[in-house]
Amino acid sequence: MLLPLAGAAIISALPKGNEKAAKQAALGTTLVVMAATIAMAVGFQRDNVELQFVEKYEWIPSFGINFSLGVDAIALVLILMSTILAPIVVLAGWDEAHGGRWSVKTFYILILVLETMMIGVFAATDLFLFYVIFEAMLIPVYFLIGGYGTGERAAAAVKFLLYSLFGGLMMLASIIALYVMSGDQGGHTFDIDKLSQLQMSSTTQNLLFLGFFIAFAIKAPLWPFHTWLPDAAKSATPGTSVLLLGVLDKVGTFGMIRYCLTLFPEASKTFTPLIMVLAVISILYGAFLAIGAKDIKRLIAYTSISHFGFITLGIFAMTSQAQSGAILYMFNHGFSTAALFVVAGWMIARRGSSTIADFGGLQRVTPIMAWSFFIAGLSSLALPGLSSFVSEFLVLVGTFTRYPVHAIIATFGIVLAALYILIPVQKALHGPTTPGNENLKDLNLREKLVIAPVIAIIVVLGFYPSPLLNVINPAAKHVVSQMGFTDPAPTNGGK
Amino acid sequence: MDASNYLYISALLFTIGAVGVVVRRNAIVVFMCIELMLNAANLSFVTFSRINGNLDGQVMAFFTMVVAACEVVVGLAIIVTIYRSRRSASVDDASLLKR
Amino acid sequence: MTTSTSLIYLIALPLAGAAILLLGGRRTNKWGHLLGTAMSASSFGVGLYQLMLMLDRPTEQRPITQKLFEWIHVGDFQVDAGLLLDQLSICFVLLITGVGTLIHIYSISYMSEDKDRRRFFAYLNLFIAAMLLLVLGDSYLSLYVGWEGVGLASYLLIGFWNQKPAYATASKKAFVMNRVGDMGLSFAIMIAFATMGTVSFVGVQEQVNNTSEAALTAMGIMLLVAAAGKSAQFPLQAWLGDAMAGPTPVSALIHAATMVTAGVYLITRSNFVFDAAPTAQLVVVIVGAITLMFGAVIGTAKDDIKKALAASTMSQIGYMTLAAGLGPVGYAFAIMHLLTHGFFKAGMFLGAGSVMHGMNDEVNMRKYGALRKFMPITFVTFGLGYLAILGVPPFAGFYSKDLIIETAFDAGGAKGIILGITTLIGASITAFYMTRVMILTFTGTKRWDDDAHPHESPWLMWLPMAILAIGSVSSGYLLSRGDALENWLHPLFNHSDEYQKHLIEPIVVSAMALTMVSIGVAIAYFKYARREVPSVAPEDVSIFTKVARQDLMQDRFNEAVFMRPGQALTTTLVAADEAVVDGAVRGVGQVAMGSGSALRGLQNGYVRSYAAMILVGAIALIGAIWVVVQ
Repeated sequence: MLLPLAGAAIISALPKGNEKAAKQAALGTTLVVMAATIAMAVGFQRDNVELQFVEKYEWIPSFGINFSLGVDAIALVLILMSTILAPIVVLAGWDEAHGGRWSVKTFYILILVLETMMIGVFAATDLFLFYVIFEAMLIPVYFLIGGYGTGERAAAAVKFLLYSLFGGLMMLASIIALYVMSGDQGGHTFDIDKLSQLQMSSTTQNLLFLGFFIAFAIKAPLWPFHTWLPDAAKSATPGTSVLLLGVLDKVGTFGMIRYCLTLFPEASKTFTPLIMVLAVISILYGAFLAIGAKDIKRLIAYTSISHFGFITLGIFAMTSQAQSGAILYMFNHGFSTAALFVVAGWMIARRGSSTIADFGGLQRVTPIMAWSFFIAGLSSLALPGLSSFVSEFLVLVGTFTRYPVHAIIATFGIVLAALYILIPVQKALHGPTTPGNENLKDLNLREKLVIAPVIAIIVVLGFYPSPLLNVINPAAKHVVSQMGFTDPAPTNGGK
Repeated sequence: MDASNYLYISALLFTIGAVGVVVRRNAIVVFMCIELMLNAANLSFVTFSRINGNLDGQVMAFFTMVVAACEVVVGLAIIVTIYRSRRSASVDDASLLKR
Repeated sequence: MTTSTSLIYLIALPLAGAAILLLGGRRTNKWGHLLGTAMSASSFGVGLYQLMLMLDRPTEQRPITQKLFEWIHVGDFQVDAGLLLDQLSICFVLLITGVGTLIHIYSISYMSEDKDRRRFFAYLNLFIAAMLLLVLGDSYLSLYVGWEGVGLASYLLIGFWNQKPAYATASKKAFVMNRVGDMGLSFAIMIAFATMGTVSFVGVQEQVNNTSEAALTAMGIMLLVAAAGKSAQFPLQAWLGDAMAGPTPVSALIHAATMVTAGVYLITRSNFVFDAAPTAQLVVVIVGAITLMFGAVIGTAKDDIKKALAASTMSQIGYMTLAAGLGPVGYAFAIMHLLTHGFFKAGMFLGAGSVMHGMNDEVNMRKYGALRKFMPITFVTFGLGYLAILGVPPFAGFYSKDLIIETAFDAGGAKGIILGITTLIGASITAFYMTRVMILTFTGTKRWDDDAHPHESPWLMWLPMAILAIGSVSSGYLLSRGDALENWLHPLFNHSDEYQKHLIEPIVVSAMALTMVSIGVAIAYFKYARREVPSVAPEDVSIFTKVARQDLMQDRFNEAVFMRPGQALTTTLVAADEAVVDGAVRGVGQVAMGSGSALRGLQNGYVRSYAAMILVGAIALIGAIWVVVQ
């Protein structure tokens, strides 16, 4: 966690006009962090469901607040994804920070600070620490959107901030309630392990659950709390959007697993039918809106809403396939969305417009860029052989064994996905080259360096997800069995 | 002598003073009404002191008078300054602190 | 089962070809087509080698497997990536790689003037690899990867010339309709896992007896939906006509011989599911019968030679589906017809490409006429395919089609009679429209455009056509001699309820079939050969023709029921999202701002109003405390 902060400090020490040094320092820092995370991942023990790499420092002893960190498999996977995405974002958006309200230096400082907090929020095991980082994360994002974005960036940034703060408020109320209750039952604490042992009445549990859940549903985003995302994604720079959709939103779904399910198992079960319905609505609604989107960044944002519907569906279906599928989906979605946004960003930078209708016939002019976009799109529609198929199918299969109707309706999403990817592909890549597009340049070396590993990850994990799955499975199974569920046995159709 | 009569007078005086503060426009008159309210309070303190048979109320009356004196000093100074710059002692004219 | 280590080469060779050609880019332009053809041919070689090995082995040991790697293991959901080669899949392997290689050779010449030729061969190789994965996968999930892979390859190939918006739209339509079918396959896999706990073919086969009929029927119908999507059966058939936008070799390979037969493969491979769910089988048969007639009727009214052949394919696959739905007796005949159809239909498509090549890519048959003098080889090969599809003995179609008609009658009872008559009428209509194609194209008077100068195609094109024509002639006889194919596939199917005797004697069936065929030929002859054929399609035709020209309103139907409402729904949701959901959020902001403005009015700067407020507030507070204390 400290490494990115150190990087931010270095950059802030650099002279203001030297943009290149800032970029290189940022790149270097993110690569180092990525390497450190990979080293940690290699040393992770798979079958141990307890927290590993635990660190604990006393922070505010009078309230029982500790600066305690620890990762389990789920957190590790998400941290890994974040640290791999960070250098990609830095490298892809090499030219993004120009023309912003503040300097290029500040842009990279903000990104590095954000990276620190991304790692922290997944690793926190103290509820207060988690809350602090959860809310604090909003600040760099607000500045990134408002200062460096395009279009209605100020309004979008404010909307994002207020919406998220509202959710945070609900969560704060619940946290305080938990804290008070823990005081009654054996000593004030914010530690998650101890809090999950609390006894409480079911109404209390329901209310507290709602407090947390609404905050995470806003972050996730789950219908009907999703409207901040399209505006934020459209106004932010592509790199920021990658981090926004690829990591920040995962905090929402991660929170659902780590906090809602662990702290309030009974309430989770009570609300599961409602949540499942909302998830299915998210899937279809997001897909329809993506089909109708005219701006390419909004379109990608809507597809994410749809994908997150799948993730939420998997989390609350309570089978090990669905849970593993949902966690794997979080990892895969980070990369598939990154690919889409990064390529879209390059397309927009070249054409100067993000309306889909302004592109056309790019396949003839810039084949490599067109192909990258196409493959990223195929990943979004979960073509078998690519990583997202494995996760999407696991979610669907897992959901079907317990909630067949939901799974059936959700599967319609795959037809809609074909439409929302192929329609922009056709408009932007196929057809005659529209005027204004004839002289666009294809990807340069730096851009190829960025997109190639992402596509490689997407393809390789499609065929060989085992390394990841082996890490995820024990944790997923642990979550499900903690809730008191076991996988439904083959029913033989009732024979 | 029924002590509660004094309480009625005190209440009456207080009300007259309150209404006067709200209704009158001249700043000096408003101040006089404030003094009237303070003295009504003093009267009720002393009456209670008499009713309860100890001196606590009369001691409070002293405090009140001191406070009244300080407040009048400051208030009159402000009014005189405003009058000098605006040539008007009307309370309604000093309304710059609005939105 | 014995394991093998070489099955993977079948898929790996064309896949490597595709990868090299796509990643290598323009540098590989000079030799790309040769590499592609070589990969396809070597895959064929491996297939032949495997066949010879298989022939040597005793029957029980014929199927072989190869486990590649652990794919997805989560809880009880254990799927490995593995391959299975048995008697059924080897038929398909040889068909795919054999016909595929011939089409590669053809394409070297056909696409020689296209500057994207290398990319074409890359896509062709990709298709071969995906199709092989489809037929070699050992579980429904592995099949699914190949299934969608061929959908992708089809999308890329149909839209090969996607500078033309209409072609890009056609490829999108194909992919989306395929995806609807894919939903069916997903559901089938989900049902399999939920009820049987496994998705491998071997596993499901073992569990079938333990599973309720309702679950199996549901699974069977879902598999049928998937097959209908991929094989252009009713009601998912509307994409096939538009798919003719792709280059003709694509139509020959994908939409005649291989991808569209994937549905029949799926149904046959899942025979154990269908045999245990008679209701599902009945639905299969009905779908097959409907499509058979649907395709035939459309074929009669098409002036575009490729679309006429496409309609014919739709109809012939209807025959195969019908046969596959007849149970264990029908599977072998479905496969036989599939193989013979692969020969003659691919041959005819390549012939159509040859005609187009010589006629400046004109597809309207009304602009052809009397081509047999100018393109003799094409005429002969096409003609042999024509005789085969008609079912004239001793050509291939005679054996395969008549066996299907026979089996249809043998199903017994009303079902048998209806199916038998349907197949017979279908045969007649087939004869009619195929004769129409022959007459319009090769005989009669010249109706060409002024700049047409038809010529025979180069040898790289007519050689594959000739080989396929030989197949059209001989394959039927070879496959049925001594019940060869039937016996070959026999061990795969459960033959507990075979029909013991024929309802109608085979010779009678053949006679009836030939009669119907002759009627069709005669009608076509009198209609087209005896009269002048107008170069422009006449307007005053019967309502039947008008409807048939519109593909029996399939596109209108799809548009009205799915597309327009779908678009309306999308627009409504976009507007609603803006107004309602976002409106609620903005509304909160408005409320906050509005109440702020209202409250701001209190700050009016008047001291007296402040004083009044203080007074009122104090009185209220005291009153409240008074009340509470009481």
